[in-house]
Amino acid sequence: MTSGGRLSRPDEQGRFGDFGGRFAPETLMPALAELEEEFEAAWNDEGFLTEFRRWLSEFVGRPTPLQEARRLSEMLGVRVLLKREDLAHTGAHKINNAVGQALLAHRMGKPRVIAETGAGQHGVAAATAAAALGLECAVYMGVVDIERQALNVQRMRLLGTEVVPVSSGAGTLKDAVSEAMRDWVRTVESTHYIIGSVVGPHPFPWMVREFQKVIGEECIDQLAELPDVAVACVGGGSNSIGLFYPLLETEVELVGIEAGGEGIETGKHGASITAGRPGVLHGTRTLLLQDDEGQVQEAHSISAGLDYPGVGPEHAYLAAAGLVIYESATDREALDAVELLSRTEGIIPALESAHALAWITRNADRLQGKTVLLGLSGRGDKDLATIAAAS
Amino acid sequence: MNGQARIRQILGNPTGPALLPYLTAGLPNPAASVELFAAMAEAGADGFEVGVPYSDPLMDGPVIMAGGDAALAAGTTRAVALDILRQVVDRTGLPALAMTYANPVMQRGWSSYAADVAAAGGSGIIVPDLPFEESEPLRASCEEKGIGLVQFVSPTTPSERMEKVAAVNPAFIYGVADMGVTGERAEGSPHARALSERVRALTDVPLVFGVGISTPEQAAALSGLADGVIVGTAIVRRVLEADDAKAAAMSLREIVGQFKSALAH
Repeated sequence: MTSGGRLSRPDEQGRFGDFGGRFAPETLMPALAELEEEFEAAWNDEGFLTEFRRWLSEFVGRPTPLQEARRLSEMLGVRVLLKREDLAHTGAHKINNAVGQALLAHRMGKPRVIAETGAGQHGVAAATAAAALGLECAVYMGVVDIERQALNVQRMRLLGTEVVPVSSGAGTLKDAVSEAMRDWVRTVESTHYIIGSVVGPHPFPWMVREFQKVIGEECIDQLAELPDVAVACVGGGSNSIGLFYPLLETEVELVGIEAGGEGIETGKHGASITAGRPGVLHGTRTLLLQDDEGQVQEAHSISAGLDYPGVGPEHAYLAAAGLVIYESATDREALDAVELLSRTEGIIPALESAHALAWITRNADRLQGKTVLLGLSGRGDKDLATIAAAS
Repeated sequence: MNGQARIRQILGNPTGPALLPYLTAGLPNPAASVELFAAMAEAGADGFEVGVPYSDPLMDGPVIMAGGDAALAAGTTRAVALDILRQVVDRTGLPALAMTYANPVMQRGWSSYAADVAAAGGSGIIVPDLPFEESEPLRASCEEKGIGLVQFVSPTTPSERMEKVAAVNPAFIYGVADMGVTGERAEGSPHARALSERVRALTDVPLVFGVGISTPEQAAALSGLADGVIVGTAIVRRVLEADDAKAAAMSLREIVGQFKSALAH
């Protein structure tokens, strides 16, 4: 199947069209089946839903504001609305999923959670949720990312989480996911793996999307009328799927922005939908940056959170079905966009989110007079060292 | 004799479980690789798992990961690795299985990959991230080419699932002897006996243990529980630590001999 509509959930094999599934070592297969059952039961349990909503409201600070970017809109001639996930507790949308999965781990009686992190935002979110629920937590992080996201490393340690450095491969997000999965193969009976994006074997892509779709649902409640366009950055793709999913059956044009790195033509980028081919990574069939032999290639992005050679399988499906348009923005464009939003609106966005703003500024001519909803997935404090080094 | 039968033949030995060392093809370099397998054959190996290196080996610990990275850096492409497999079979006369991951197989195509392994004289394929539910296309291709596809069971596998695995009659059942990825352990696995009993109660398909079997003593403890034993990390470590190919071959001769003696009833 290569085309269709919004899928409320993947099929029995965990597939979104040709993508998804469960390509995992045997030791994890029973745990994945159990997780699917437990999540489904929880997600249909009014008690769990009430508790999740209470945590989102009291702890995370939801609903996050939907703000009109007045000076920016005036400057661009495009009405830009910001979904302020940067104002969620811990500074990014990642906390929605981390709280959801930590509550699920608690419900399943697992005393320990693990997570991977790139930019550190998911690691901080997992560490935060674990601390609040009294769970032991370890976060796998590539050595390169530990260096460029030192502030988040300190935050995780302060929250009582063990940060485990990963030096294999390029020492970035892909390697951190692999090491977290290797930990899970060893500890699966006592441990839940809080995967941070809509990637990994079924049921993770579906479950994480369900925990994140609150972003788009709130937007629909907060808007008097729907925007013409909604745009968000795509690494693994959790904030974008959270924003897009509730809008899929509307007329809103949906645009996902991948990491263009130094430019698609240079081969140094993280744009797996734009430039990848179908393959299996981290337990799911999706679009991957890989060579002809199926060796997975290193991604490149100035933003650690987009520095991943794959993408969530539902995005691969939405791209194939033509339901979402995927483009990219370069490192340079993202840096410029950080400065633009900082100076026009007094908001320092994460480098990840800045990719989506870069697309708006680049397309301002064709967007004149239109309303564009921007998923501002996180705050940029974590990126100050990277930004300083690049300017 | 087809590949599946060839594997079954070495697993039916009344004198003790078969010893199947794992070694990544292309170590220490593609030209010297076959000598290491030949040395293991001389020391008593009954067959081989020949690793076709992959960038993201989820089921492997740091030693085999490092082996794969080194082999890739030395130019071990799929074609080079399968040519090494062919030389190993020609030279030793022992059955050899190709071990790799789902993505490289999928990129080549299930059917083409099975054909490549069969053409190289391989007896079967092992893909640890291709679970039972996703393995049907490769299994059909392997059957068509007369080679075996190995299926996994682990201490966490429920018995109903084991029955489904046994029902497709794999070349052998790869019993994951211990929780975790490949690597050495100080202690023998507490899970192996129970796993062996559960598999034996369900099926006559041969059971081969792998994962976490690092010493001849640990292998000896498994000798009544399985039809074969796979030793990987201890082998790859010796190759990575050796000064050159000759030293690696000597070192492998020694360790494989020790494992072989430990497994004899």
